[in-house]
Amino acid sequence: MIAAHLPALQVVIPLLAAPLCAILRRGTIAWVIAVVANWLAFAVSIGLLFRVLDEGVISYAMGGWAPPIGIEYRVDLINVFVLLVVSGVGAVIIPFARAGTAARFDSTNQAWFYTMYLLALTGLLGVTITGDAFNIFVFLEVSSLASYVMIAMGRDKRSLTAAYQYLIMGTVGATFIVIGVGLLWAMTGTLNLYDLAQRIPDIENTRPVLAALAFLTVGISLKLALFPLHLWLPNAYAYAPAVASAFLAGTATKVGIYLLLRFFFTVFGGEGFFLSTPLPEVFLVLSVVAIFAASTVAVFQNNLKRMFAYSSVAQIGFITLGISYATETGLTAALVHLMNHAIMKAGIFMLLGCVIYRLASMRIDDLAGIGRKMPFTTAGIVILGLGLLGVPGTSGFISKWWLVLAALENGQWWLVALIVIASLITMVYVGRFVEAAYFREPSEKAMNVREAPLAMLIPSYVLVAATIYLGFDTTWSVGLALDAAASLLSAAY
Amino acid sequence: MTTILADLNYWVTVFLLVGGLYIVVAHGNMIKKLVGLSIFQTSVYLLFLSPGKVLGGTAPIIAEGFDVYSNPLPHVLILTAIVVGVATIALGLALVVRIHRSYGTIEEDELHDLESDA
Repeated sequence: MIAAHLPALQVVIPLLAAPLCAILRRGTIAWVIAVVANWLAFAVSIGLLFRVLDEGVISYAMGGWAPPIGIEYRVDLINVFVLLVVSGVGAVIIPFARAGTAARFDSTNQAWFYTMYLLALTGLLGVTITGDAFNIFVFLEVSSLASYVMIAMGRDKRSLTAAYQYLIMGTVGATFIVIGVGLLWAMTGTLNLYDLAQRIPDIENTRPVLAALAFLTVGISLKLALFPLHLWLPNAYAYAPAVASAFLAGTATKVGIYLLLRFFFTVFGGEGFFLSTPLPEVFLVLSVVAIFAASTVAVFQNNLKRMFAYSSVAQIGFITLGISYATETGLTAALVHLMNHAIMKAGIFMLLGCVIYRLASMRIDDLAGIGRKMPFTTAGIVILGLGLLGVPGTSGFISKWWLVLAALENGQWWLVALIVIASLITMVYVGRFVEAAYFREPSEKAMNVREAPLAMLIPSYVLVAATIYLGFDTTWSVGLALDAAASLLSAAY
Repeated sequence: MTTILADLNYWVTVFLLVGGLYIVVAHGNMIKKLVGLSIFQTSVYLLFLSPGKVLGGTAPIIAEGFDVYSNPLPHVLILTAIVVGVATIALGLALVVRIHRSYGTIEEDELHDLESDA
């Protein structure tokens, strides 16, 4: 009985929990509600995974209105993969949120923070699960508006301008997406993604459809911070509260990647059409530039959160590089890195949150000598940093391995060289942190700090452990990604 | 001339779209940027509503003597989009109020100078 309604529950549980937090106005109760709702959402994602593996694509008619007239929730392997990443990363972050949030906000504002968190979660899960193009826009704006508020709650007043900047760019991106959806609707008369996929191949070379593809690509690229549309990201991640940075870095851009995959390979009729457009070349060039430009800028940052925010832009470049191949290996690399990067970057921002909790600073000079005072926090950041680098034994190596395989499959030896050089640049900025943390005398600020509380360390270490585990056992991470990539290319939606 | 008039609604749409986006990019005042954003979003409402209108059609209510109806779907969609737009502008203005309180200005270039000093 419940199994039949899992697709609806995936979105409804956090959606109902959010106003509950707002009404109760008590920080602790709101946190408990958020934890329960997020864990339930994760359980629902796991349930959906088993159902999809068991019976294939699930179609759920929202409210009993049959698609294509009603809104359809449609779950296949790619969906459920992203749902797992989003709800899973959230499920680890939310227990971590308690200590830092309680130290900074009064009880009412804590409740508001959890309300916004749950709304952002609702929106991201909704975008991923829905099979209706307009519904995507609505959920995208639900999650974006909630994220703007979370970012504006940062301790630095620059978080306000960062949130404003993100609001302007995010809204422009969302509006581009609606324009694209509107053009598709005018041409086909449907908003259902499955229906669109059936009707577009007949008219795919008409001008409105190509214009729709262009608008959708630019709009979604803004949301996922593809270079050069990433300008909102560094400040937003740097000045947001640690919980919000970790959550957004782990989930929001990843859902953007999912949308890109869904529109390119399902709605616009498979890789044939994608390869016939200039998009593969455009994405190849932009990804490589993103990797190099953002990594280089990251090296020169003195604010650690900003450094790892730029690193996110670079890592997104690795994911879109995989997409640009439009081969099974390339898409597998993209999906594997989507998950691995979500885990690693969420973990890094959580551990940086531990540092802020004790030190109240992110300047690299204030962090000098922190390795002696906060050994577990520092070691965690270093392990995850090695993951970003792609050192064997971490999940980052697996992603890079698949990316290299995809490049070799296309005979692009020079790209392999570029990937290795990019990893070396990553080593420089991770190295800057290591140098400051371990090889310098403790700064005045770092003199008197203690290790972070266990309530913050344990959730962070879950992600550190996952990074190492996924570096050795890839049966289900790569296995699932391979199946998802295959179903994406066979248009089995 | 006649082709321009035939597609007048689309010309208006494109004019608002480009004009709105230009204001967002070109203006440094945070309130004016939001005004531009609002115009930009409004153009999309027209883009959706125009193709839904069937010439000579009426509201989709079954009645004696009417058999041509306009498509009601865009109205439903755009009502939702208007709500989203209102929420976005409201949040944007709230942020501008907070920025003004913290920095004492809402001009982007002045904010930029203040932030680089900090």
